Amino acid sequence: MSPVYIARVKEVAARSIGGEMMIMSARDSTLFSLNETATAIWQAADGVTPLSEIVQHSVCARFEVDPATALRDAEELVEGLAKHGILKLSDQPIEETP
Amino acid sequence: MGSAIAQDVLIEIGAMPVLVRTSSPEFLHILRERYGGFVNSAAQPVFEFEVEIVRPGGIPDAIGDDDLSVRFEAGRWVLERGDFRAELDPALRHGRIWQSATQYAIDAAFRIVHSLLLAKQGGLLVHAASVVRNGRAFLFAGVSGAGKTTISRLAPPDATLLTDEISYLRREADGYVAYGTPFAGELAQPGENVRAPLAALYLLAQGTENRIDPVAEADALREVLRCVLFFAHDSELVGHVFDSVCNLVQRVPVRRLTFVPDFRVWELIV
Repeated sequence: MSPVYIARVKEVAARSIGGEMMIMSARDSTLFSLNETATAIWQAADGVTPLSEIVQHSVCARFEVDPATALRDAEELVEGLAKHGILKLSDQPIEETP
Repeated sequence: MGSAIAQDVLIEIGAMPVLVRTSSPEFLHILRERYGGFVNSAAQPVFEFEVEIVRPGGIPDAIGDDDLSVRFEAGRWVLERGDFRAELDPALRHGRIWQSATQYAIDAAFRIVHSLLLAKQGGLLVHAASVVRNGRAFLFAGVSGAGKTTISRLAPPDATLLTDEISYLRREADGYVAYGTPFAGELAQPGENVRAPLAALYLLAQGTENRIDPVAEADALREVLRCVLFFAHDSELVGHVFDSVCNLVQRVPVRRLTFVPDFRVWELIV
């Protein structure tokens, strides 16, 4: 299975408020709130680290969770965020655009 | 029938003077009546409007419905509603409006222009009543029917009404300042043209008792965002508005005010 790379979309506004990561899509002004695990993945989404590594280092190392379950949940999460246009997914490292 | 000579009115809302130029004496009269307390001929305008009064049905490229459309194209903001069309050039700080000689179109145009100008300065227009008491401003935010006009009507004699409908907030060095606006709701009465530092923002809820409850920051952000007037789907401006609301809820106490329609609710607002 090929690695999945994830990168934050620039056209969103994000801020940690009261311990919750709040993200607003600039495209349609939809507001999202991420839980701790999702926030850890969002913050690590640099476009060059495979999702499996992000889950290993940012999720499994910090939260008590089974690695296989964590990866499956993370895949679902990033697909959902990508559908809403606040995260980019690729099977190749994602180049940062100026 | 218009005059060949255009005349200006400078209308200053939220310390942002906007010059309106028209050659229609009838419309000029409407402007002076509608915005009387906000006319400041000595101010330096931050934006200028040329208003062309047209017959009903004579608006160029009219979209012909009541829905408002705001879009940015070719360096200009284009605002369209059934009763007016406006084109605004933010670089030149100049715009043209085609409308009939009524207050409704220019009122809508003002709200949009102020929301666009404020967005980049960390300010906000909020669906909220606001009142000054003891030198401090209090906002009462809520969607239509939440009780903005009711809480305004119940205000005690020592309170100064800034608006019962659209509150005007600017960020200043020490925090947020609320300004009076001429944008009225059911009270049909413009606010006083005064300003005061914002002490608290209350999210309105009608209930069976008068009570103030704390609101978590994240919930405050969600609820205040729902009350912010913002018309343009522009990614840069949406980012500014989001940041502004985040800053607001982190710097100003946001609480839920549950109230019965009774003047005693004001005993809690001090």
